Order: sequence, then C-alpha cells, then structure tokens
Amino acid sequence: MLRLEKRPSPSRFWQGATPVLAVVLTMIAGGLMFAALGKNPFEAIRTIFWDPLFHPQFADYSRPQLLVKAGPLILIAIGLSLGFRAGIWNIGAEGQYIMGALFGAGVGLAFYPADLWFIFPLMVIAGAFGGWIWAMIPAILRTKFNTNEILVSLLMVYIAQNFLSSMSLGLLRNPEGGGFPGSRNLSQYPAASNPELIAGTGMHWGVIAAFMAVIAAYILLQRHILGFHIKLAGQAPRAARYAGVNPTGLVLLCMGISGALAGLAGLFEVSGPAGQISIDFNVGYGFTAIIVAFLGRLNPIGILLAGLLMALTYIGGELAQFMLGLPAAAIQAFQGMLLFFLLAVDLLSNYRIRPALKKEAI
Amino acid sequence: MNRRTLLATAALGLGLAFGGAASAQGMDKVKACFVYVGPIGDLGWTYQHHQGALELVETYGDKVEIAYQENVPEGADSERVLTQMALSGCNIIFTTSFGYMDPTNTVAAKFPDIKFEHATGYKRDHANVSTYNARFYEGRAIQGHIAGKMTKTNKIGYIGSFPIPEVVMGINSYYLHAKKVNPDVELSVVWAFTWFDPAKEADSAKALIDQGVDVIASHTDSTAPLAEAAKTNGAVIGFGQASDMADYKPSPRVSSIIDNWAPYYVKRVGALLDGTYEQVDSWAGIPEGEVEIGEITDAIPAELKAEAEAMRDAIAAGTYHPFTGPINKQDGTAWLAEGAVAPDGDLLGMNFYVEGISGDIPK
Repeated sequence: MLRLEKRPSPSRFWQGATPVLAVVLTMIAGGLMFAALGKNPFEAIRTIFWDPLFHPQFADYSRPQLLVKAGPLILIAIGLSLGFRAGIWNIGAEGQYIMGALFGAGVGLAFYPADLWFIFPLMVIAGAFGGWIWAMIPAILRTKFNTNEILVSLLMVYIAQNFLSSMSLGLLRNPEGGGFPGSRNLSQYPAASNPELIAGTGMHWGVIAAFMAVIAAYILLQRHILGFHIKLAGQAPRAARYAGVNPTGLVLLCMGISGALAGLAGLFEVSGPAGQISIDFNVGYGFTAIIVAFLGRLNPIGILLAGLLMALTYIGGELAQFMLGLPAAAIQAFQGMLLFFLLAVDLLSNYRIRPALKKEAI
Repeated sequence: MNRRTLLATAALGLGLAFGGAASAQGMDKVKACFVYVGPIGDLGWTYQHHQGALELVETYGDKVEIAYQENVPEGADSERVLTQMALSGCNIIFTTSFGYMDPTNTVAAKFPDIKFEHATGYKRDHANVSTYNARFYEGRAIQGHIAGKMTKTNKIGYIGSFPIPEVVMGINSYYLHAKKVNPDVELSVVWAFTWFDPAKEADSAKALIDQGVDVIASHTDSTAPLAEAAKTNGAVIGFGQASDMADYKPSPRVSSIIDNWAPYYVKRVGALLDGTYEQVDSWAGIPEGEVEIGEITDAIPAELKAEAEAMRDAIAAGTYHPFTGPINKQDGTAWLAEGAVAPDGDLLGMNFYVEGISGDIPK
C-alpha cells in the first residue's frame, strides 16, 4: 500500500508539473466519458484542445477569440489573487464586474450621441470606480464592524444583479429598442466603443489591460515592499503586524484593487464584446475568475496561463458540441474534471507518496 | 418610448416583398444549424425548436444534416458560436431567441453566402438575414374565450414576460375575447421580467391567485404557473405555454398553445434545396400550422369546448381575425372601426392596452 508523507516545503518540481499532469488525467478520464457516450474520444479531445488553435478552418478565428474570452478572466483573477494571498476573500467579483459595466456604460450613454475623444477614457475611470466602490462596501464593513467579507461581498452580487435588471429595464434602456430590455449598443457608438484594435487579433483594450495587470502584479509581488506585505499577511498574520503591516489598510487596498480590476473587466466587456447592458449581461466571469486564480496558483504568470486554458476549454467545448454533437452537459462535466484533477494532484506538491512500510518508521 | 420610431421600425419590418437574392440553383445537401438559448430538454421553447429541427431530418433524410448548440448565452458568446458555426460549413443557421438579434446581423455581414434566420426579431440588416415569428395572439383569443366562460370570480390573470409588443398583443387578445363572453371580467397582469425563471413565475402566479384570480395565462416558458395552480385543488385553471405541458392535464391545464416550428423549418430548408430561397419576414399562425391549440380537456364543458374549437377553425380558415373592430384603446380613443381588422404594422408595434384593461404597461 501507499502512504503520504508531508514534504518539509512544497516541491518546486511538482508545483510546475501538477497542472500538466492534471490536464493529462482529464484527457484520459474525459476520453473515457466521451467513449461511453459513443463518440470517438481522440477526436473529441483533439476538437477541444487542438482545433481551436490549429484547425485550418477555425483557428484563424478562434485563436483571437481565446484572448477575448480569457481577457476578463485574467484581469479579474489577478485582482483577486492579491487579496487571496493576503487572506482577504473577495468572492463578489461578479457584482463588481456588473457595477463597473453599469457605471462605465452609464457615463458613455449619458453623452450619446456626442462624439468626443474623452468619452471612452472617462468610461474607463467610471468603470474602475464602479467596481471599486462596490468592493469598498464589504471592505469597510469588515474594517469597521468586523463583518465577514466573504458573505458580504457574495451577497452584494445579488444586489448588483437586481441593479442590472432595473437599469436595463429603466434608466439605461434603449429608447429605440421597441420596449425590449437592454441599452443601446455601445459597439455601434464609436466614441464609447472598445473595438478590436488590430483586425484579426482579438486584442481590445480589456486584453491589453489584462496583460498590463499581469506584469504589474508580477513586479508588485516580486520587487515591491507592498507585495512582501501581502504575502506576509497571508502566511503569518501576526508576524506581519510586527513588521508594521497595517491590516486595515491592506484590506481596503486589496479589496479596492480587486474591485477596480473587476469593474474594468466589466466596462471593457460591455463596451466591446457584449456591446450592451442587458438583463443577462453577466455570464459568470467573476466566479470563474476565482477558479482561474487558484488554477494559476495565485501567481500572475500562472493566472495568465490558467485564463487561457479555461478559455480554450470553453471555445473547444463549443466546437465539440456542434461538430461532434456532444451534449452541453458533457462539456461541463469535462471542465469539472479538469478542476477536480488540478486540486487532487496538488497533493503531490505538498506530500510525497511512499510505499507503506510494514513497520511504522517512528 | 417614442411611439413614432417604434411604428416606423414596425412598418419597416412589414416590408414583406424584399428583392432578396434567391439562390440561382438548388443544393444537393444542406447543413442546417440551430442555436438554442436553453437545453433541448426544457420542455418548452427550446424543446419545440429542436422538434422542428428533427423534423427536417425526418423529411429530407440524407439531404439534410443538422447541428445545434444548447445553452448559448445571448450576447458576446453567441457571436462566437455563430461565427464558428458559419466556419464549420453550415448553409443555414437558425438563431432561436430574441437576444441573438444583433450578433446574428453582425455575423451575417461577414458570411454573405450563408443564410441566417432569426426568430422573433425585427432586424434584417443584410440580404441573407430573414426573420420569423408566430402569431401567438391567435391562440390567446381561444384562451380568452375559455377564461371568460370558466371564471367564477370574474377575475382572470396574465403573467407577462417583458412589456414588448408581442406580449401586449397577447394580453389584448386574451382580454378582448374574455370580455366578449363575460362583460364583468377583470384582468390582472403581473410582469415577471423573465422568459424562464420557475421561481419568479411561481411567485407571479401566487400573487394572482391571492387576488382571487381563477384563470391564469402565462407568457413565460416554464410549467411553474401550472404547478402553482395545481395546488389549489381545481379552483384555478391555466394553459400550457410554448409546449403542450400535458403533464398537467386534464386540470389545471385545460388547453395549450403549442409552437410548431417544423412547417417553417421544412419550408425554408426545402427552398434552399430546390433553389427558391428568398429573404422573408415570416409571421405565420394557426392557418399554417405554426401555432397549434393543444387538446381541450374534459375539465371544461363540452359546449364551451365546441365553441373554442369553432373559433380555432374559423381562424384557421381565415374567416375570423382576433383583432376585428370595433376596438378602442385604453384611453377611449378609437383604434379599429366596426368590421376593420388590425393591420400587421399596428400589431407589431402594439404598445397600448385595449379599452377595459386597468393598469399601465411598464415604461
């Protein structure tokens, strides 16, 4: 039999190797599932992981789409990872994402149909502000009244969703939309739109912001005293206090950064790929980003890769659905397997697997 | 809402005679693709569309191949799905929810050789985009007739989804026909602001029942209103919506409106096969078989059942139009003169209640 032996410190090799191992295990288990559904497993796996990148018919389109889908995930996950490292749990990025979109789109629509250069920059600021202010509510409640930020930030998501419905039915509704809920299409309003910057690349301002956030977070964590404080507060809260870290300030800062980045993601999405405020504008990026953050080991570069991998399973999963007729539920199960294996094999970075000795060693 | 712009849009939408370029010759094989907003097992809206898609294979056999994708969110994700479908070699793509309107037109611009068919929308920005819808208000007339006769409290209810012309049209048709057979009838409308949210739909039904309503029609997609009515031990009745919802037979579900998209899908793919395809704005109803009235159960008297069936047959034969004057608007101004039937443009832009309905359409 086997037994587990805790490593004195996490293995660097396995920390890098486990994500790869998890993907391989997912392919095996997923392949078995696809085979059980009567599909060719090799074809299904190839459609999910290979075709979006290299299929001659689709790749030119789906490669850039990978960035479009991964952009908001990475941007939000980077913000969340800072807080998670410091032990500050912002679970409400979805709500901050919605509020960022509402604030940003609201500013843009207020100027409609003016064509002024500063409208889009103003929307960006408003978007970040919307997310920031929404995150400040759980942050201040925690620092002033010691409430639990996990619960408060999560509940704020539902409030934001109701705001979203009310705005798409009321204040922000397109007056020329025939009574249907939803705002004007911002992508058809050049001064407020966030278009593809270079045709055929999928690059829009949100993707650029995501890359910038990755670099900034990397530098912050590696080179800046603040990054040190964040890591210290997460690993040894009492030591952090002796080292002069101000816990209140850290909560406000981490919640603020993650809220603002989620707000930005919402703004770039509403002015770009989504185009308009509508009742079902949010599709769960704020929650998926939590998974991306952990998938990426809370490391900026890891998050970048994890975001791209998640986007790949979404886009490849869609391809597999209509190319091979796989049911939507099978694709969701496949994505679930990926997360399951990632968490499961994470064991290997903290533990060694040893054959169990007949006699206990100690 | 600006009424003039709205009517202008509707009038535009009415231009049925497009010079749409018909494909010069037919095709040997057509790949027809479908984008669904829900799962094919929702037993309502998406289920009915998928039944239509399956009918294509039944009808044309090897000459047609279908592909579909379920649970496609409206908005940015649908644009990607549509593009990938177009790239995968679909010849005709049916997008089956209102929210796919802008993405359908955007993607259609990039693939002029592929036909796009958008259900329930009004934008046809490009020659390869057609729109199709069904005259659900014809079914509402029959439900209204049954409701007016069946109500004991003289209070009937309607669960509205969104305050859009299609729904307002249904409410008006339902009320007019209830009023015709029961002058004392009062209508309560509850707005759920969703197409599919069983919890909210149940709440709406509960609110109506608490007000003393005993006949409920719903414009949302789930069976929740019927489930709520079922709890009243026969005191409250309702109707199946989009699909037959036969599980609630014989009561509370006393009849239903069934969306039958198969005739349209068969016609359009057939046209593509034989080369007669043209851009259209299709709005068919009971006569074409696109709107069906599900079995009227024995929970209602035989005499009333015969009346309801007679109305259905009259609509099918084209001898009766549910909006036939005289009809006044809610504010008392005349809309249709004696004997006049409503022009389609008025219906497609309908943003007013008819005389007798209390309350306002949310703005």
